[in-house]
Amino acid sequence: MAMDTKFDDVLTGEQKLRNFNINFGPQHPAAHGVLRLVLELDGEVVERCDPHIGLLHRGTEKLMETRTYLQNLPYFDRLDYVAPMNQEHAWCLAIERLTGVQVPRRASLIRVLYSEIGRVLNHLLNVTTQAMDVGALTPPLWGFEEREKLMVFYERASGARLHAAYFRPGGVHQDLTPRLIEDIEEWAEHFPKVLDDLDGLLTENRIFKQRNVDIGVVTEKDILDWGFSGVMVRGSGLAWDLRRSQPYECYDEFDFQIPVGKNGDCYDRYLCRMEEMRQSTRIIQQCLAKLRVEKGDVLARGKITPPPRAEMKTSMEALIHHFKLYTEGFHVPAGEVYAAVEAPKGEFGVYLVADGTNRPYRAKIRAPGFLHLQAIDYIAKGHLLADVSAIIGTLDVVFGEIDR
Amino acid sequence: MAEALQELAAHVEMRQPDAILGHRIEFGELTLDVAPNRIVGLVEFLRTDARCRFSSLVDITAVDHPERPARFDMVYHFLSMYQNHRIRLKMQVREDETVASIHSVHPSANWFEREVFDMFGILFTGHPDLRRILTDYGFRGHPMRKDFPTTGYTEVRYDEVQKRVIYEPVKLVQEYRQFDFLSPWEGADYILPGDDKART
Repeated sequence: MAMDTKFDDVLTGEQKLRNFNINFGPQHPAAHGVLRLVLELDGEVVERCDPHIGLLHRGTEKLMETRTYLQNLPYFDRLDYVAPMNQEHAWCLAIERLTGVQVPRRASLIRVLYSEIGRVLNHLLNVTTQAMDVGALTPPLWGFEEREKLMVFYERASGARLHAAYFRPGGVHQDLTPRLIEDIEEWAEHFPKVLDDLDGLLTENRIFKQRNVDIGVVTEKDILDWGFSGVMVRGSGLAWDLRRSQPYECYDEFDFQIPVGKNGDCYDRYLCRMEEMRQSTRIIQQCLAKLRVEKGDVLARGKITPPPRAEMKTSMEALIHHFKLYTEGFHVPAGEVYAAVEAPKGEFGVYLVADGTNRPYRAKIRAPGFLHLQAIDYIAKGHLLADVSAIIGTLDVVFGEIDR
Repeated sequence: MAEALQELAAHVEMRQPDAILGHRIEFGELTLDVAPNRIVGLVEFLRTDARCRFSSLVDITAVDHPERPARFDMVYHFLSMYQNHRIRLKMQVREDETVASIHSVHPSANWFEREVFDMFGILFTGHPDLRRILTDYGFRGHPMRKDFPTTGYTEVRYDEVQKRVIYEPVKLVQEYRQFDFLSPWEGADYILPGDDKART
């Protein structure tokens, strides 16, 4: 540098030229799937963050328009593949509201049971992999052991570990065996101990706190501006939970609390998720107690559900009904409805437009992660590059549901 | 529940008479029909009015009705976490019409409007960054339109000779399996295979 220029400028000409642009992902372990971020960095500070999504776009909504209502159900497992049954729940609720079908009480309890298992599945994955993103290696190993046990419960109820297709319009596909209920109870007894162990590893861990406290702070205004839901809302002190405020299924009869954070940072959201797992375990235990007493059918027998196997052996009508149901499918009366559930990631909704035939005219899937990821430019601005992976982890993004 | 929604609809209709074309309550949900040129003002009103406080945007989407003169339905969903109620706004848009973006009122509308543009080809005025969002870089067409085939027009594969990914027109090894199970006795309006021969 020439000596006659003023010395207060310590940047060389090359440094002054422009900010540094880097690609984060799509093949990055902290990107939680196929996220491509185009980051504009000033030194190590993020100036702009442009997510490129759609790398996992499968055209679910388009495919759904050419399939019957029942054939569409398995697509919902493939959206948020971390907690599959919660998505099916929204689809079933939408159809049930249009057709006016009442779900039997035992089926309703089983749905709540498996929705909460789904919530634990999701939070276990999110909390532990977020910890891995900020440097801890042990939590995922412990968390995935529990996830494996829960997926065995999925398998024993539906036959599949992940893509269950277990919730059906009008109820659930199969009844649970008494043995399965006993095993889930046994799991629910020891699970809080595992949570305590995770707690001991992370909650007061110096590195974990340094990486999460005061990172990605979300205020009440941000929540409204960016349309957040789920833990992203509760972490900032708003006690908003669809299970409590707009109860669906039979959530209103369960005794559970809604944990809220104070500061709205990554750490508070971590604490919320940990406490939600404890509350979900409470709901699971209450469900199991009720399921022991409540016997009965698990499907509302009628036009939209198959007849019992035994009946098909003797009744011609039942046989025809079964055949027609699985070929033509059932018809849903014309109308439009928006059904939302409190999925583990936030409000998962389905906007269903029916035209009276056996196929939906239009189905729009409202994924919570879509809005959460959209706000990453706003949240990550001014943070360090290393904080971006902590923020992606706390946003709880899964590309199955964002890209659809 | 229904009375509360009825009162809410009456309140909005009284305060914004030019914007509201009609309302209905179905399945416990309130739907307002909106005049397309009034959407931004109405959304702003719904967000700030003390009785509405629809401060969270839940969803923006469109529905394609190719047989109608105003081809598209734009559908907006809002939620109020304070008053604990929901609302749906619907407006009819012609194919050659543009829609005003509500990005200035709800920043979260950004990606939703990009998705609607990507999937349906509806243009938004006042949108800061109207790019495609879900489809491939350089994609052509708007896949959620009813006249866009489910199979699409192009397919990609890695070419061993050129050592890169190439785009080709879709080649189906068998006909696309589009079963129509609607009963021909219950008003299906298509011709059964073979029926066309019987007449000649």
